[in-house]
Amino acid sequence: MIAALRKELLLQWRSRAQFLAVFVFGAASLLLFSFAVGPNARALRTFSAGFLWLGLLLSSTLTLAESFHAEMENRALEGLLLLPSDPRALYYGKAIANWLQLTLLGFALVPVMVVLYDAGTLELARLAVIIALGAAGLSAPGTLYAAMTSQVKAKQTLLPLLLFPLIVPALLASVKATSLAILGDPMAQSRSWMALLAAFDLIYWSLCGLLYGRVVEE
Amino acid sequence: MSAVPAESAVEVEGVSRRYGRRWALADVSFRVPAASVLMIAGRNGAGKSTLLRVLATAIRPDRGRVRVGGFDAVREREDVRKRTALLSHHNYLYESLTARENLVVVADHLRASRDSIDGILAEVGLAARAHDLVSTFSAGMRKRLSFARILLQQPRVVLLDEPYGALDPAGFDLVDAFIRAFRERGATVLFATHQLERSAKLADASLVLEDGRVVA
Amino acid sequence: MELPNHKTGSAPYWMLALGIVCLIAGSYVGLFRAPAEAYMGQVQRIMYVHVPTAWNALLAMTFAFACAVVFLFKADFKWDARLEAAIEVGVLLAFLLCCQGAIWAKPTWGVWWDWDPRLTTTAVLLFAFLGILALRKFVDDPARRAMWSSVATIIAYADVPIVYYSVRWWNSLHQQQSSPSTVSSQFYFPLRANAFGVLFLMTGFIMIRARIATLRLRTELAAPPVLRGDEAGEMA
Repeated sequence: MIAALRKELLLQWRSRAQFLAVFVFGAASLLLFSFAVGPNARALRTFSAGFLWLGLLLSSTLTLAESFHAEMENRALEGLLLLPSDPRALYYGKAIANWLQLTLLGFALVPVMVVLYDAGTLELARLAVIIALGAAGLSAPGTLYAAMTSQVKAKQTLLPLLLFPLIVPALLASVKATSLAILGDPMAQSRSWMALLAAFDLIYWSLCGLLYGRVVEE
Repeated sequence: MSAVPAESAVEVEGVSRRYGRRWALADVSFRVPAASVLMIAGRNGAGKSTLLRVLATAIRPDRGRVRVGGFDAVREREDVRKRTALLSHHNYLYESLTARENLVVVADHLRASRDSIDGILAEVGLAARAHDLVSTFSAGMRKRLSFARILLQQPRVVLLDEPYGALDPAGFDLVDAFIRAFRERGATVLFATHQLERSAKLADASLVLEDGRVVA
Repeated sequence: MELPNHKTGSAPYWMLALGIVCLIAGSYVGLFRAPAEAYMGQVQRIMYVHVPTAWNALLAMTFAFACAVVFLFKADFKWDARLEAAIEVGVLLAFLLCCQGAIWAKPTWGVWWDWDPRLTTTAVLLFAFLGILALRKFVDDPARRAMWSSVATIIAYADVPIVYYSVRWWNSLHQQQSSPSTVSSQFYFPLRANAFGVLFLMTGFIMIRARIATLRLRTELAAPPVLRGDEAGEMA
């Protein structure tokens, strides 16, 4: 798995321009969301967490699909499987790399959110944990579905179609927890949302790892 | 069924494989003794690549049985994969990595030492371009790098899909030398090609496919 | 590889007939004989179709999940045909369920859509399974299509309880689950009759749809010409 992760990180480093482009895309969508609400500072601040996660979700479909581009152009993934490599190791290598990338993207979008929506928080450590947990919830099923959709014709449509309904609980919990971090948490609910996120992550990180071999192998 | 002679490296029995509604392979059977070279000939679309991909366990046969080194290609896939290497017309290379990095990825996944990489790069004539990205390579150079990938795997059964394609005359000689070297090391080589005259000198036996069937 | 058997026989049509009879009986009693409910009045009568639809939608999805698990281990295409049938019928029921939920919510709460955990879970499930049907359309290779839809079905089904509990936490102000135990005895018969009616209809539809899928799979998985017998012999 270390070998797979090292390869993924090297590939991501080579395509760092892509990361920058996705960040700009995410930031632009945050800007556009504020036009949907109008110049209402209070409403923007209330919805800021939702916008942040929607921005991250939209960006994730780009990075997840991109992570399989290098595997599919010369069928390098098949080459690795035939060596042989354990599909589970390949899955976790890629899922962890995608998770790191999404977490980084989430961190990068926070200052944009703070500036645009006046939605600052001093609980940075908690916010970081929430973003990491939420990104993990996106990347585990996202990596598996991207592996499927990268092999079919309608990949751009199919990935969000499969992924979005599935990650509803992760999105909901991430938005709630982030929102509580920004707007204050008088009833101390954020811990239970983070627990829900952690449970979602646990289930999908194990389930998708088990099923990945069935998706990439014939 | 009669006892299988132990020295058969590859046994194919009644193998059929479909792509959509087309049968790329229909009821193909043959055996290849260990440490020999089999040439597979046939027109484009005759089923040569499909056959090699089935042997490499990249795809499953829809019907029939394949054994490589005594291992079943469906049920004992891992064991077959440890013994085979496929030079595919998909070259399995990462475009955004350098030649050397591509081989490092392979060595790491094989849990093999990286020490032999530079020697292998020199062997295939890519030492000078080891640190260039594959995306800057010509088709022939990619083919050479794919060969390097196979040398790193040290397979018992070598499956080559059009090894001469895209190569220059020096590359042709290189392929000949590799096939001979593989056989001298005791490996079995199956290769699909259109270079019939050249290959006939190398091969111990040959197989002709037409429309997915063995015709000679 | 074995071809899935194509079954003929009238069992599914009997199922459909039985289902229609049950539905007519249940709906008649529910609409004209049973008394109106004290708090919700006439609107409550939609429960006689809504609750049976809900039970059976969940049942269809659960059956799809079971088919997916069996296919994963057995790789028998019979189960792929059943999976396809169960998902399609399940999607239809889930869609009807969302519509009925909206119709019920409008007079009761004054809005078409209410973020009730059950209704929301159904909507999420509807989209998840529609996604799987879309995926099936884009994969030509039957083996791959079957394997991928199994995987996607298992993943989507595992989401059901998580969606349900997360939405319940998120929006915790709703009435209890309706089941016969919380409903008084006068409402028993129409609810039960309709539940079996929908169950029989659903079973019949799934059986017929699985036959259609089997027929398609049989052409997709047919043997190569030479294995089917010698061509000269066929011509003679």
